[in-house]
Amino acid sequence: MSQSFDEISAQLKRRHRKSARLKWLSMGALGLAGLFLVIFFADMLGKGLPAFQQAQIRVEVTYSEQSQQLPLAAVNEDVRELVSRGWLRTLPMMMRDNPQLLGTSRQEWVLADGQVDQYLKGHYTRLDDDEKEIVDALAEQGRAELQFNTTFFSRGDSKMPELAGIMSAAMGTVMTLLVTLAVSFPIGVMTAVYLEEFAPDNRLTQIIEININNLAAIPSILFGLLGLAIFINFFGVPRSSPLVGGLTLALMTLPVIIIATRTALRSVPDNIRHAAFGVGCSRWQVVRDHVLPLALPGIMTGSIIGLAQAMGETAPLIIVGMVAFIPDISASVTDAATVLPAQIFTWAGEPDRAFVEKTAGGILVLLTILIAMNATAVVLRKKFERRW
Amino acid sequence: MMDMKVANLGAASMSMPAIGEPVTRNEEANHELSIRVRDLNLWYGQTQALQNINIDVYQKNVTALIGPSGCGKSTFLRCLNRMNDLIRGVRIEGLVEMDGRDVNEVRMDEVALRRRVGMVFQKPNPFPKSIYENIAYAPRMHDLVSRKADQDELVERALQDAGLWNEVKDKLHQPGTSLSGGQQQRLCIARAIAVQPDVILMDEPTSALDPISTATIEDLMDKLKKQFTIITVTHNMQQAARVADYTAFFHLGELIEYNDTKTMFSNPHTKKAEDYITGRYG
Amino acid sequence: MQTNQLLLLFSGVLLLLGLIAFFMGRAKAARVRSTGTSMYAQPDQYAWFTVLATAGPAVLVGALGSFVMLLLGAEIPTLYLLAGSLVVSCVGLMIGMNRVRPDFHARQAIERVIRFILAGAALISIFTTFGILFSIISEAVRFFQMHSFWGFITGTTWNPGASFLEAAGRADDAASAAQFGSVPLFAGTFMITLIAMLVAIPVGLMSAIYMSEFAPAKVRTLAKPVLEVLAGIPTVVYGFFAAITVAPVIVTIAGALGLEASFNNALAPGIVMGIMIIPFISSLSDDVINAVPDSMRQGALALGMTRGETIKHVVVPAALPGIISASLLAVSRALGETMIVVMAAGMRPNLTANPLEDMTTVTVRIVAALTGDQEFESAETLSAFALGLVLFVVTLTLNLVSVIMIRRFREKYRVNNL
Ligand SMILES: Nc1ncnc2c1ncn2[C@@H]1O[C@H](COP(=O)(O)OP(=O)(O)OP(=O)(O)O)[C@@H](O)[C@H]1O
Ligand SMILES: [Mg+2]
Repeated sequence: MSQSFDEISAQLKRRHRKSARLKWLSMGALGLAGLFLVIFFADMLGKGLPAFQQAQIRVEVTYSEQSQQLPLAAVNEDVRELVSRGWLRTLPMMMRDNPQLLGTSRQEWVLADGQVDQYLKGHYTRLDDDEKEIVDALAEQGRAELQFNTTFFSRGDSKMPELAGIMSAAMGTVMTLLVTLAVSFPIGVMTAVYLEEFAPDNRLTQIIEININNLAAIPSILFGLLGLAIFINFFGVPRSSPLVGGLTLALMTLPVIIIATRTALRSVPDNIRHAAFGVGCSRWQVVRDHVLPLALPGIMTGSIIGLAQAMGETAPLIIVGMVAFIPDISASVTDAATVLPAQIFTWAGEPDRAFVEKTAGGILVLLTILIAMNATAVVLRKKFERRW
Repeated sequence: MMDMKVANLGAASMSMPAIGEPVTRNEEANHELSIRVRDLNLWYGQTQALQNINIDVYQKNVTALIGPSGCGKSTFLRCLNRMNDLIRGVRIEGLVEMDGRDVNEVRMDEVALRRRVGMVFQKPNPFPKSIYENIAYAPRMHDLVSRKADQDELVERALQDAGLWNEVKDKLHQPGTSLSGGQQQRLCIARAIAVQPDVILMDEPTSALDPISTATIEDLMDKLKKQFTIITVTHNMQQAARVADYTAFFHLGELIEYNDTKTMFSNPHTKKAEDYITGRYG
Repeated sequence: MQTNQLLLLFSGVLLLLGLIAFFMGRAKAARVRSTGTSMYAQPDQYAWFTVLATAGPAVLVGALGSFVMLLLGAEIPTLYLLAGSLVVSCVGLMIGMNRVRPDFHARQAIERVIRFILAGAALISIFTTFGILFSIISEAVRFFQMHSFWGFITGTTWNPGASFLEAAGRADDAASAAQFGSVPLFAGTFMITLIAMLVAIPVGLMSAIYMSEFAPAKVRTLAKPVLEVLAGIPTVVYGFFAAITVAPVIVTIAGALGLEASFNNALAPGIVMGIMIIPFISSLSDDVINAVPDSMRQGALALGMTRGETIKHVVVPAALPGIISASLLAVSRALGETMIVVMAAGMRPNLTANPLEDMTTVTVRIVAALTGDQEFESAETLSAFALGLVLFVVTLTLNLVSVIMIRRFREKYRVNNL
């Protein structure tokens, strides 16, 4: 005799509760991941946004003989500790370049010291009470305020937080990525074309395939060891240079580009190849004139994603010495340089608390670029996505 | 034209059957009501897949559903154990009544319903577990057995009933997927009967099988109907004729004719069913 | 500078020769064609062939020469090398021109060369792996010549500090002798990996279950890119977050519970690393869960199973090989992760089971060994390669096992589809 619905339902209560619990638990897990992302971005924005502003104070600057010798003399004694030392040091040079300034004096907005900056932003500061009072008074008169921080975007690294910027690191990143792209893109695409369109299905091809997949999973720091032992010690590529960094990253990016290109090539339907063979094209002509153009959006998408990954990579670059202190913007791929993530790493290690906001500011810039790159890749994919 | 034939025949026979009842009664069959369907309509999004279905399904019989591909047989079958719930955008109206309860009402627990209305699918789908576990799993979850000995006995009985015991008794702990297609399908039937449902729905259970396995399963259905109500979908007319007590013919989402199987195949009541059965229709 | 100029000269001359080859080849082919002889290929193809014949051998000779110089230290004056390769290119030009005949399959010849170049590119990935292996092994071997392998594997004290004295031949002072026992480093690595996995596997797997089994389509399309953002955050950023935000929070919480935690505790990098790995696990698990055929779910539901039971007892076990494979890959990732631990974990080798204490990891010590002011020959620097070798072997093994498991999973469902 079978049970009635109600009897069964009664027995099922506990099991339904368990099932619901799994649902809520799994939903909670996803929520947790989302929550973390929110906390993370809130934290980074909170810490990093102030970096885009910089304290400036309006003071009387005297361009005299004396201040040419001793830049400190250019400003009044009471604010001497409040203006940026780094800025003062540029005064003699400025006067040499503009001799007509000599003997004049005028009110000017000048870069404030990092401690003033921190004080105005309400952070911990090493200013003493007297200095704080002066800053308060200046702020009251509208002579001390936070302005958009151009230094951060136009200068290289500095030991003085108010003068530290990401420009040299950004240039280093650009050069490194250019090297990476120049090496990994052609080799990656050629490898993929070979494997998809030309390679016989033999032992060697299989080994290459397994090897590529495996390469994608090797810890990045080991690529750094390779860069150090082979590129620097063996081939004598200059240490800390975008060249060695770019080459190292190129090897890491290679599998990403190969895999993306192969997927793109595979998604070009065979009947296009057959049609081209049918009109007498050779294998290479088919690939060059028919398959590659159709696969190009997919290849670009993959390359952008690969480059974005390379751009965030730090560990192998540390090993090949790209954590150097680079105050000037270098111009050659063989000069010592640093990259954005390495700059972030360096700043994160600075004991001065003012560098925390620089670090977070650098992170915001890096994340913005990465998100933009990935968004471009997504848009490219959406736009050219084809259903055959 | 068809309507005319219906009208003519209707006038010729002594009395019109009530709504949902078969045109001709099979006197050998059991007539206790199992599932009563009234004015059932079903839409997949905007497209209607079932229109005004009325049918009384009787207990401890085999009822066969036939009709051209896409006419809604599977859809109808899934209405009976609410498997359509799993498909997005399905809307159902009308009554499907079992044991005095509307299976679609809010308070109906679909899990409880499926406990009483089991299903065997077109493609055998054993779980990736051992043969033993494939069968013991559900009864254990339903608390039908508690002791190990009971469980062993239940597994053996289900396999016996499904006619699989002799073939697998020595390899109960091998994976269910290691069996042949026909054996897998019988394993799925054994799995379904192990939870002691009232009704077993079978959606083309033999369409993926060879003739010998098919014959085995047909015999099995004949045996199982002593215990269970079986509703089966088939594209094989001979199969329907061999195993079913009653046969329902669907066409374009409508139930055209519901009749005693013998009458359906010898003297169908409607033109459409006749065309279909005699092969004049695709 | 000297070599730079030579390289420039070389490329310039080669470019010129190439251009000459192109036009001469085309002119000759056109001339032959204009006489009415039918040719196997287009004039342009002959032109390209002559270019290849000119430049190819020259580049090959140049590359080979520089390689021999670097590799064997042979002293070939660069000027001679340059001259030699240019002569080769002239000879190539002549031969190439000579081959421009109607019965010559220029196109096939070009295709063969292209095929070779492509195959060569494909081999670079192999060279990379060998390069990694070779560079790590050769330096590691040098390390093991100085310090015993056994001591490295079983020693519990990692104290490389004095190795420079040893290099200077002053290792007589026993107290200051460098010790390279890697056990505490691996213990630290495994501790942090364990913490990361305890975060990543449950959260990642559960998220995947929610997305593939419960979530409405809208949530799914929203959640996937959000998780991808998590995966795209650079590790250096996670490291900063772990060190600046998470570690102090943990110290505070531990303090409130009456426990003492170091600011370099293992918990912070472990948790943050786990968060980093969540999307990795969730997207791989999502893939395998989606690959479990729907007929499995229907089979279970039709037996009167609840959704949760179907997932727990049927879907997840069916997807298990894939899930394990994803987890192994994740472990391999966590073991090799560097920036988070460099920034948030400690420097002190510390053999402890307390995650609130500071401890160091293999990757931290690799970085420390290679960023100091050490001579490259010193045992400390070389120890980085020994650590790297172990890391390589372990991650390679994990990756291969994981690949094999996922292949089994795929095959299983192909076979089952009758
Ligand atoms: N999940 C679905 N979503 C939308 N439409 C569906 C869905 N399933 C079935 N249909 C449509 O409903 C109609 C009935 O389908 P059903 O599967 O019930 O037919 P069937 O009679 O079982 O056919 P067959 O004999 O081929 O199995 C068909 O027109 C089909 O296209
Ligand atoms: Mg069907």
